[in-house]
Amino acid sequence: MNQYTLLGKKPTRFGFGEALVELGEWSENVVVLGGDITGSVLTSFFKEKFPDRFFSIGIAEQNATTIAAGLALSGKIPFFSSYSAFAAFRCADQLRLSVCYNEANVKIGGGHSGITVGPDGATHQSLEELSFLRSLPNLTLLVPCDYLEAKKATIAIGKSFGPAYIRFGRSPVPMFTKEETEFEIGRANVLRKGSDVAIIACGIMVWEALQAAEELQEKHGISAMVINNHTIKPIDVKTIVDAALECKTIVTAEEHQIYGGMGSAVAEVIAKNYPVPIEFVGMKDSFGGSGEPEELMEKFGLTRREIVLSALEAVKRKKKNTHSYKNVVDVAV
Amino acid sequence: MNELLKFDEKLFKNQKRKAQEFEEIAIEIRRDIIKMLFQAKSGHSGGPLGIADIFAVLFFGAYMNYKAEEPSWKERDRFILSSGHYCPVLYSALARAGFYPVEEMATLRKFGSRLQGHPGRDMGLPGIEASTGSLGQGISIAVGMAISDKYLDKNEQKVFCLTGDGELQEGSCWEAAMAASNYKLDNLCWIVDNNDCQIDGRVQDVMNIYPLDEKFKSFGFNVIVCDGHNFEDIISAFEQFSNNSKKKIGKPCVIIAETKMGRAVSFMEDKHQWHGNPPNEEQALIALKELK
Ligand SMILES: [Mg+2]
Repeated sequence: MNQYTLLGKKPTRFGFGEALVELGEWSENVVVLGGDITGSVLTSFFKEKFPDRFFSIGIAEQNATTIAAGLALSGKIPFFSSYSAFAAFRCADQLRLSVCYNEANVKIGGGHSGITVGPDGATHQSLEELSFLRSLPNLTLLVPCDYLEAKKATIAIGKSFGPAYIRFGRSPVPMFTKEETEFEIGRANVLRKGSDVAIIACGIMVWEALQAAEELQEKHGISAMVINNHTIKPIDVKTIVDAALECKTIVTAEEHQIYGGMGSAVAEVIAKNYPVPIEFVGMKDSFGGSGEPEELMEKFGLTRREIVLSALEAVKRKKKNTHSYKNVVDVAV
Repeated sequence: MNELLKFDEKLFKNQKRKAQEFEEIAIEIRRDIIKMLFQAKSGHSGGPLGIADIFAVLFFGAYMNYKAEEPSWKERDRFILSSGHYCPVLYSALARAGFYPVEEMATLRKFGSRLQGHPGRDMGLPGIEASTGSLGQGISIAVGMAISDKYLDKNEQKVFCLTGDGELQEGSCWEAAMAASNYKLDNLCWIVDNNDCQIDGRVQDVMNIYPLDEKFKSFGFNVIVCDGHNFEDIISAFEQFSNNSKKKIGKPCVIIAETKMGRAVSFMEDKHQWHGNPPNEEQALIALKELK
């Protein structure tokens, strides 16, 4: 039985925005930089509460990221937030050198991430940034699964030293974690025990994974473990390897390209420590497009359906132990 | 190795000086640059030699507050080398100010050295405030620091930053300029090494950035143009900045220093070919003979 039930829907960006206010109360060193879209990524909450510690930089993400490094090198704890499409890729050089190489205590909020941005379309649907970000030395990289976890994760990076990036989204998504649900950077959460297949998910795909696990149990008699792998870096090797040891096969699921994302990170851990079959659910090497979030998730194969089919495939592969020549983005549908 | 190529022990104090007193310091810095680059067998000669006079005044003329024996002194002014490839001149100034032992200059660009090919904070060389080298970023770091000093810590400290002229082709420099002016950073002194040289040739041929004074003026800067090889002129430029900063004029300052790449070494002067090359032993010895 699932101990996680639907508690309503809320965008993860609210968790980020509300956490900044709490952090602002916690320390005078917390400052926030705005990149014009403060009402979208909800740095506006902080701006209203602490106008003296909010600095508008305008539509100049590279400058904001680097100014943040300067503030951090002056002992401040600067947060800058923009859409991931810009906060990550436009600022790749600035993140690499001024933030990460400097080991500057800069926190980046990557908003409007993933396909669930919806109607804004492909230009604004960042689906690639995890691949680049997780290769940056010194960077902590988090993808919270719901509103409350986004709040906890934001507070956690604010209170720990070092460059960090947190990915969150625009649209309302299921809330299911509770106050008492554990959250610790670098510790993946086993949300559901299981023994036939381990579903390792992050972001909004964690809720889909929980639903898929129910269906696998009810319709197929398959016992699925569900892991919320919210920390892409530093990745929780122990929990992932233990899941492989227990279930002997894995499905990963993320609202991101399959190439280079969380699933790739899991595959590295598994290849290194205890190779078992892995099936990957995610964006299949394509750009998104306009539409409502649910329509897009359906179209691009980011639902419980793909997770269930991939789990069945994963279980089959575990038993057969044969090879194939399939493309990595060839997801069971 | 030839005795001439060894580093001597001279240290200089950061104090008010007459113009002619800076000559000796600038020569020492240039000699260090030649020796360091000869030993490293790679690195940038032209830019550092050209800006040595500015460094002599900035680091040893009491325009920047620091304590070499206490590099992270809370009340210090900070210097950011946005043009990271100029690092030999900064390494020399820091050594001559007593931040670290002068003989360590011989390790420039070598394995495990604190004197990285471009400044790296991770190696812990005292006096290095930020890792820089991807052009157009150091100036934004400096803006962040100046915002922190002026608005958050509300102190009287200053931030100095050097960019090249070719570096101004990076759009992010102008984002930094916009923010510096928007936030009225009168505690920020941006020095542009206007040597009209970059790797591919004359700046105006690679991509014209001029007129610089008018550009900075239109961005809201207090613009000071100075002859970067005339100590009276350099002193006057830093005096103006200091006074304006004290008066809180509400404008950032840019000192456009007219310099010659490779200055004071006859075969390097004003030759963009010396942007990214070190002298060999013969060339180094000729240069050192000239630098006296
Ligand atoms: Mg130049």
